[in-house]
Amino acid sequence: MEKFDVHTGRAVPLRASNVDTDQIIPAVYLKRVSRTGFEDGLFAEWRQSDPDFVLNRPEYQGASVLVAGPDFGTGSSREHAVWALQDYGFKAVLSSRFADIFRGNSLKGGLLTVLLPQPVIDRIWAAVEADPATEVTVDLVEREVRAPGAGVQEPFELDDYTRWRLLEGLDDIALTLRHTDAIGEFEAARKPWLPVTL
Amino acid sequence: MARTMAEKVWEEHVVRRAEGEPDLLYIDLHLVHEVTSPQAFEGLRLAGRSVRRPDLTIATEDHNVPTQNLLAPIADPVSRKQVETLRKNCSDFGVRLHPMGDIDQGVVHVVGPQLGLTQPGMTIVCGDSHTSTHGAFGALAFGIGTSQVEHVLATQTLPMAPFKTMAVTVNGTLRPGVSAKDIILAVIAKIGTGGGQGYVLEYRGEAIESLSMEARMTVCNMSIEAGARAGMIAPDQTTFDYIKGRPHAPRGADFDAAVEHWKSLRTDEGAVFDAEVVLDADELSPFVTWGTNPGQGVPLDGSVPDPSSFEDPSARAAAEKALAYMDLKPGTPMREVRVDTVFLGSCTNGRIEDLRAAAEIIRGRRVAEGVRMLVVPGSMRVKEQANAEGLGRVFEEAGAEWREAGCSMCLGMNPDQLKPGERSASTSNRNFEGRQGRGGRTHLVSPQVAAATAVRGTLSSPADLDAR
Repeated sequence: MEKFDVHTGRAVPLRASNVDTDQIIPAVYLKRVSRTGFEDGLFAEWRQSDPDFVLNRPEYQGASVLVAGPDFGTGSSREHAVWALQDYGFKAVLSSRFADIFRGNSLKGGLLTVLLPQPVIDRIWAAVEADPATEVTVDLVEREVRAPGAGVQEPFELDDYTRWRLLEGLDDIALTLRHTDAIGEFEAARKPWLPVTL
Repeated sequence: MARTMAEKVWEEHVVRRAEGEPDLLYIDLHLVHEVTSPQAFEGLRLAGRSVRRPDLTIATEDHNVPTQNLLAPIADPVSRKQVETLRKNCSDFGVRLHPMGDIDQGVVHVVGPQLGLTQPGMTIVCGDSHTSTHGAFGALAFGIGTSQVEHVLATQTLPMAPFKTMAVTVNGTLRPGVSAKDIILAVIAKIGTGGGQGYVLEYRGEAIESLSMEARMTVCNMSIEAGARAGMIAPDQTTFDYIKGRPHAPRGADFDAAVEHWKSLRTDEGAVFDAEVVLDADELSPFVTWGTNPGQGVPLDGSVPDPSSFEDPSARAAAEKALAYMDLKPGTPMREVRVDTVFLGSCTNGRIEDLRAAAEIIRGRRVAEGVRMLVVPGSMRVKEQANAEGLGRVFEEAGAEWREAGCSMCLGMNPDQLKPGERSASTSNRNFEGRQGRGGRTHLVSPQVAAATAVRGTLSSPADLDAR
C-alpha cells in the first residue's frame, strides 16, 4: 500500500447526500477479475447521462480531493468503489458522514476518508465552486485539513493505529501474521461442535 | 457486568487485544462468491499465501448467474470469466464450491442457513453487505471488503474496531397482511439510512420474538440499509428448532451442549445499549418506498411526499432528486403507482416462506396484463421445496416466470434487468438509481404486496384484491 502523509490538490464539490456505492460504481463494472482499471466505472451513470455532472466539467479535471455530502458510500460492500475513486486519481474524500463498510475499505486501501463537520464541508464547497483552483491540503501527520482559500483550518479525528498504518503504508495481513501463534492457540480452544464445511 | 449479546459474541472471539490497537477477532465462517473474491485470491497468489482454514470457508455462484437455460454457457463473457475464476480459485485453494446446477447453489445468505452452517454465537463474514442476514440466529455477521476477504482467507481473523450497540424494540403484534419486510422498512424510514452507522442493532420485543426464522432473516438482512453493519436477534426455541437436523447442525449430545451455550448468549438483564428505538407493531401497515434510498418509504396507504415538507435541506434536495428520477409527483397516492415488473426473490425475500406467502395470494389469480412477474428462488433447495409444495405451478399458472436461483434482478448483474424508465415492485433491498438496470425505477415491497401488485398492476396490498 502506498504511504499517505500530506496531500495537497484541487477539489471536486459533490453536492449530494446518500451517494451509495451503486452510484460510485454500478454493478456492471464489477465483473473484472483484475485489481486495476476501474476508473471507467466511477460515477459511470452520472458521467454518461449528465453533461453538467461535476466530473464532466473541465474546471475540475485533475482534482484529487472529493468533497461529498453526508452518508457517502452507503449500500453494497464493493471495495471496487474505493478502487474506482483511486484509479480515477482521488487521494482523499471529505464528508460529514461515511457509511461504515466503505470507510473501512477506504482506510484499508490507502484512500483517506476524512470526517469534517457539515459547516466546514459547506465552506469548502462554496470556495471551490467560486474558484475551482482552490487547493485543499489533507495532512495526516497533523490530522488537519487546510484550505486557506476557504478560510478552513480544521482538525480531524482518526485513531492512532489507523494513522500509523497509513503513514507507514503497512499491509494488515503481514501485521496479523506476526500473531500466528495466538491464532493457533485460539483455534485449539474452539468449541468442538462448531461447524466445518469440508 | 451485564452485557449485550453482541458484546458477548465479540468477547468470545478476541484472539488478541492490545492497547491502542483494534481487537483481532476470530472468524468462524467465511462465505465467498464470485464478485468480491477474485482480487483476494490473486493477492494470496502474489504473496505466496494459502487459505488458512478452507474447512471454515464455503463458496457459491450467485451474483452473476443467469436464472434460465443453466446448461448453456453464460452468454456475457465477462460474467462467465468471473464465475470460471471462482471455480479455478476454489479448486486451487481447496475451498468447497456449490456451482450453478448444484442442488446447494443459491444466494450465499440463503445457502449458509439452509445448510445449518449459520449458528448462534458465531462470527460470520462475507464480501457482501447483506451478510447481516445471519444475525437472525444470534450470530455476529457482517459484510467486508475484498481486502478483508483476503485477510480472512489468509489468517481466519480480522482486526476490528469495536461497535456501539442499539436496541430496536418492536412491541405488540403484527396485523394480518403486515410482514417482517414492513417492520424493517419502517425501522429504516424512522432512523434513516445513516441511523445505524457504527452500531450493531439488536432487534427485540414481542413482535420480533413471534417471527419465524425466515422472517427474522428478512429483518436482519436490511440492517445495512439503516447503516448498521450487523443486526442480531437473540436465539430461542424457534432458532434451535430451525437448526436441528440440518446437514451441519451439531448432533446428539453436541446439540444439547450447543443449545446450552446458545441460551447464554442473550443480552443480560440490565445490560445497557448505547441507543434505543422503539416501534409499535400494531401501528404498522404494508410499507413501500417512493424514492431512491431505502429510507424514503411511506405506508402503502400514504402518498408521494412533497419535498418542501422536509425541514432538513439535504433531505429536501435528496427528495427532489429522487422524485425526478422516479418520475413521481408529490401527493400521488402510492396505490395509483403503476408498475411494469414485479420481482420476487433475493437474500431479503427469496426463502420458502416468502414464496408461500406470495403464492397464497396469487393462487387462482392472474398477473395483470402488461406486467411481467419474475419469481426467483433464493436457492435451488428453495426451488425444490417450492416445487414439492406445488408453488412453482401456482406462479406459472398465474402467468409469472418461475426461474432458477440467484441474485438476479436485485442488482441486475445477470440478464434480469429493468429497461430504462421501467418501474418495478421488488422484494429486494435497494431502490438505488439504476440498481435493477440502467434507468430502472424500484419500489421496495414485501412478498405479499409484490403478489397483490402483480395482480392489480398498481402498488397494492392483499386486502385490495377482489375475492377469488
